[in-house]
Amino acid sequence: MKHCIKAILLASAVSWASGPLLAAGTHPTTGEALADDQTFTYQTIDEHTSVDPQLVEDVGGAAIVRDLFEGLYNQDADGNMVPGVALNHTTNADKTVYTFTLRNNAKWSDGKTVTAGDFEYAWKRLADPETASEYQWFMGVMNLKNAVDVMSGEMPVSELGVKALNDTTLEVTLAGSMSYFPLTTTHSSTFPTPQWAIEAHGTDWVKPENIVSNGAYVLTKHVPNETLERERNPMYWNDAETIMEKVVIKIVNDENVALTRYLAGEFDQTGVPTGQFLKMQEQYPDEVHSNPALCTYYYSMNMGENGPEALKDKRVRQALSYAIDRDIIVNNILQAGQFPAYTFTPAATAGFTVPEVEASTMTQAERDAKAAELLSAAGYGTDNPLSVEILYNTSEGHKKIAIAISQMWKQKLGVEATMQNQEWKTFLTTKSEGNYQVGRAGWCGDYNEASTFLDLVGSASGYNDSKFANAEVDQLLLDSKTSDNPQPNYTRIEEIVADEVPLISIYHYTNAMFLKPSIKGWPFENVEGNWYSRNLYKVAK
Amino acid sequence: MLNLIVRRVAIAIPTLLIILVISFLLMHAAPGGPFTSEKPLPPQVLANIEAKYGLDQPIYKQMINYTVGILTEFDFGPSFKYKDRTVNEIIAQGFPVTMTYGIWSFIVAVSFGIPLGLIAALRQNTRTDYFAVGFSITASVLPNFVMAPLLILVFTLWLGLLPGGGWNDGSWENLILPVIALSTSYTAELTRLTRASLLEVLRSNYIRTARAKGLPERTVILRHALKPAMLPVITYLGPMFVGLITGSFIIDSIFSTGGMGYFFVNSALNRDYSVMLGITLLAGGLVVLFNLIVDLAYGWLDPQIRY
Repeated sequence: MKHCIKAILLASAVSWASGPLLAAGTHPTTGEALADDQTFTYQTIDEHTSVDPQLVEDVGGAAIVRDLFEGLYNQDADGNMVPGVALNHTTNADKTVYTFTLRNNAKWSDGKTVTAGDFEYAWKRLADPETASEYQWFMGVMNLKNAVDVMSGEMPVSELGVKALNDTTLEVTLAGSMSYFPLTTTHSSTFPTPQWAIEAHGTDWVKPENIVSNGAYVLTKHVPNETLERERNPMYWNDAETIMEKVVIKIVNDENVALTRYLAGEFDQTGVPTGQFLKMQEQYPDEVHSNPALCTYYYSMNMGENGPEALKDKRVRQALSYAIDRDIIVNNILQAGQFPAYTFTPAATAGFTVPEVEASTMTQAERDAKAAELLSAAGYGTDNPLSVEILYNTSEGHKKIAIAISQMWKQKLGVEATMQNQEWKTFLTTKSEGNYQVGRAGWCGDYNEASTFLDLVGSASGYNDSKFANAEVDQLLLDSKTSDNPQPNYTRIEEIVADEVPLISIYHYTNAMFLKPSIKGWPFENVEGNWYSRNLYKVAK
Repeated sequence: MLNLIVRRVAIAIPTLLIILVISFLLMHAAPGGPFTSEKPLPPQVLANIEAKYGLDQPIYKQMINYTVGILTEFDFGPSFKYKDRTVNEIIAQGFPVTMTYGIWSFIVAVSFGIPLGLIAALRQNTRTDYFAVGFSITASVLPNFVMAPLLILVFTLWLGLLPGGGWNDGSWENLILPVIALSTSYTAELTRLTRASLLEVLRSNYIRTARAKGLPERTVILRHALKPAMLPVITYLGPMFVGLITGSFIIDSIFSTGGMGYFFVNSALNRDYSVMLGITLLAGGLVVLFNLIVDLAYGWLDPQIRY
């Protein structure tokens, strides 16, 4: 009893002592004066697809899900993996079994404890054919044991390689060795979901009045295609360190109108309208930011059955790649700090060193000379001009790039390049059916590791639109899954891709945005663009 | 009259069914589907999704299932893109928004457009007439996708008087800019139409006869000219009202109202079949309804019209 009273007194003293600090509105670590109103309002261009971790499929929706739910691991400001619900993990010698130890103080917003069983339920829910999640394929990326058979309905969901050994121990069995498996657990589709709430409310469980979540925030309001609000979750295990009280999304479908409203003070963050980055950066140097992103813009060369004969000649593909002046594209067309690309995997990818491929070491004049030489050797020239068609989807940006590239090919190589513009879904269908010659494409990593890019050039990949097949690449990809140091494999794959040119990497993306200087804690160095509202705070002006 | 209403309702049902069938076939004829994406789904995943939404069935079965769902449970199905919502929810949330700013725009357009057109016609070749014609031309060439950003620039950024968007449960501050942007071109069109129509009637022989008989000008206009002059205007008001209350993609996109116009266009782009069909049927039903109202109004304006 004596100890109990002492503990209460001590707790009261601590809370009294810390009270003035927070009341005075200073950041507990940096000492910065905090604004009285800790509300972060940002704009998105479109409504999210879902806030259900296993159903969400868009980037904006995933950002909401990261606030509402918490997975085994989170990312820090630099994109490194840090504990979430899991405190740590161990693995067996061949990296096929991972055992995660979960914290015992993680709570759902209704007060229930977050257990390993909640993860088991969520992962099985993701793999279940009845859930019919568009992100089911991520189970394949995670390489979970029996995932493929479970998804196809050939095995019961109970056979999936995930099991709660007890409330705080989750055991995961993989189909094969995979050294970077824990990285995949930062993905929103792997976050836990509350079985009891889903069973009680069905698909309505994600409505603000029904939702139960385990993240730093709870969903409090949603007006479709207008606004969404989330507020601090007092049950979150680390709520004491959360400063931002409320996060508000405003959906504005027009990027120019969004900028006007940002400048009028309606939002704290918005995007930079296409083509206005340089002007805006000059006008608002403290508010405009551009940081590397884990994405590559490229042109896919159709080497498949329906592809043109000319593109089956390596020299033609190489010539077309060499003749593209990437510097002009990034400096004169895009103008938002993008990086010229000579390899498919961006330099910003964790643990990846960009190999020195020949094109990257040459001047553009040298590249142009080599391109002309290669195309001539392939039998094309002014007397026998090469004709190609560039397919792109409706967008001013894609159009500008296609015009520039067609002009480069025309001027340097005499190539007759025509352009075909198609509406988005028609474009995707045309490409997937292989009815194109050169097609625009973009790829963003699903996790921060080079294989998320390089898997795409594997012959078995469903995303290999160019129908490129190379046995050495396939073997290197396979070996890299189990290797402690896959970099040599990645270097070799990039060298093969640079030589065979199944795709022409053009530039690596950046994330460009406006952010009010009063908002602090934004993880600019996180190349996946993964941010968590609980790390943000607003300083007093 | 009752006979007309019964006949129209009887015709409306097959009309809506034809709209449903044509829309269904056109949607499925368009390349790509709701789950076609830049990262193509593995075949098994796609098969699971198609099975869940019944897209693995033959088209005629899908059409029957959809129609039965509507007729028996008034269920327009789930949205394929917005996983947390059904088409019923999207319409229930979006239609009142669209209807609110649509009705206000209608009121503004009718309140300003028709009187301005009447005054312009009655004072032809005066300053008032020149103003009305000038307004009509200017507003016609200033589409709402130009007007809307301009209004936000002036009233939100420069003057700081009104919010640049959002619905905010339909508060009047949020309503003003969308209503101005949407009603301006309709006001101009009504001004032009009313002016031209009244001028034509005023030049007709029976008006000349009425004046020759010595009837006061007020009586000539109110009793003999106004009603027939309103016929083309009324003809225009029906589809105009339907157009206004079924939503504007531009207004919804620029002012972030959450209205149906945005969903209608985007559902077509996303191949969100059920949303597109639901909104098409709603719009079709409203067209049928307001055409009936216009026809009834004809009978009142011109008793010579028989059905």
